[in-house]
Amino acid sequence: MFKAHLKILYALERLGLFCVFTIKVFKWTFKRPARFRLLTAHVEHMGVASIPIIMLSGFAIGMIMSLQLVNVLAMFRAEPLSGAAVGITMARELAPVMTALMLIAKNGSAITAEIGSMRISEQIDAMETMSVQPIQYLVVPRVWAAVIVFPLLTAMANVIGITGSYVVSVWYKSVDKASYLFELYRMMNPKDIYSGLIKSAVLGLIVGLISCFYGYYVKGGSKAVGDATTRSVVAASVSILVADFIMTDILLKVMFGGQF
Amino acid sequence: MAFNEPIVEVEGLRKQFGNQLVLDGVSLSFPHKQITAILGKSGTGKSVLMKNIIGILEPDAGKIRIEGTDIVPLPEKQRKKYRQRLGYLFQDSALFDSMTVEENIAFPLVEVFHMRDNREIRRIVQEKLEWVQLPGIEKKYPDELSGGMRKRVALARSLAGEPEILLFDEPTTGLDPVLEENINNLISRVNQELEMTCIIITHDIVGSFQLADKIAFLDEAKIQVEGTPEDIADVAHPVLQKFLEYSFTAAHKTMDEMELI
Repeated sequence: MFKAHLKILYALERLGLFCVFTIKVFKWTFKRPARFRLLTAHVEHMGVASIPIIMLSGFAIGMIMSLQLVNVLAMFRAEPLSGAAVGITMARELAPVMTALMLIAKNGSAITAEIGSMRISEQIDAMETMSVQPIQYLVVPRVWAAVIVFPLLTAMANVIGITGSYVVSVWYKSVDKASYLFELYRMMNPKDIYSGLIKSAVLGLIVGLISCFYGYYVKGGSKAVGDATTRSVVAASVSILVADFIMTDILLKVMFGGQF
Repeated sequence: MAFNEPIVEVEGLRKQFGNQLVLDGVSLSFPHKQITAILGKSGTGKSVLMKNIIGILEPDAGKIRIEGTDIVPLPEKQRKKYRQRLGYLFQDSALFDSMTVEENIAFPLVEVFHMRDNREIRRIVQEKLEWVQLPGIEKKYPDELSGGMRKRVALARSLAGEPEILLFDEPTTGLDPVLEENINNLISRVNQELEMTCIIITHDIVGSFQLADKIAFLDEAKIQVEGTPEDIADVAHPVLQKFLEYSFTAAHKTMDEMELI
């Protein structure tokens, strides 16, 4: 019982620390000097290097979904709807979440490990002794790079997912090309894409903050860095799913009036 | 030997981590343009004292004066100005491992002094590397350097920040005797050629007796003894005497062995 209380207290303490950390990140975002060079370097590192994996997974998901949908829709003679179904699902849900999960695995873990090892080897302390604010130098550019990169890669996943769906539906399953494209344009709304991109930017912020937070507060040796990386991946993955649910509920009400 | 006017003074400094009292009212002054060594057993709070002075840790109580101004209650912006007058050499060098030697040394120039002239930055980097006797390693990464080289690059990086006071955290720990002497010579040059105030925490008692103008002995969370090396050698403090006895006996043994060889 006592142990359970301690665990709750520890969790609350960490949550408090995370809130303070988030406030500091916002505070230092608007202070001089602005480090655009670092921001662009992280955008390139996080974004350009992730294009192949996002293209591959987006294309695969589009193809697999179409393969399943065409068979089901065939029962209602509605195969041309497969493009619209894949498009809407990708734009609203799958692309933002898939991109976020991929980037957590690829970049989130790397951010935690990199900042964590800087912490244990006193590199962050060294920065402080030189009067360079480590949150401003290390965390702020990474967090905002994630906010920029996530929607860009999500948009790319949307396009490539629909392409994958087109390849399977039209070329492989012989769905009529004109009907496929007609239904895709008729059913899809720009709001579907905007809502996905908004979600994606928020998920980028969450992933950036969590990945940096776990690395920044590492205590101990290299095992602690490994543990922090694992915890950061788990926390970021769970958080984006919870955040996605909440945002979906809000965006459905705000953008779609609670309707489909 | 008389000490110069103090540039840094610590008064009644107290620091506690959980139930562990690490510094219990530590008072000590560091004379201007002279070398002060702080001796003590491992885990007695020497590094904590240094980290309080440099501003990585906040003291629970007490004063830290730089040229008479207590910097503890100052707002962050003003404290930052004082902090820029101090440099810190970490025990494990703390070089940024994702940057080359050149980028490491240029870091304070770019990020603190906001220098943008690449030619001038390169010139200063070369000058600092030559000063620590490591020319031509600008493009190497820290993991390509030996322990002694890393310490010297870290010193070059600290010097690039143009501090008035340089703090050394165990500068010779983990080095062989030749490198130890090399680093001690560098500290002496920093003090004499660049006229910087040096504060060293160390286990290297023999080295500190050769190098320091003032020695302080930290034990049981307090400064037990302070004075010139001659004063310290005569003090009848049991732990300190044991410390001195062991170090000088070990040094003599090593010298005898070298003569035999």
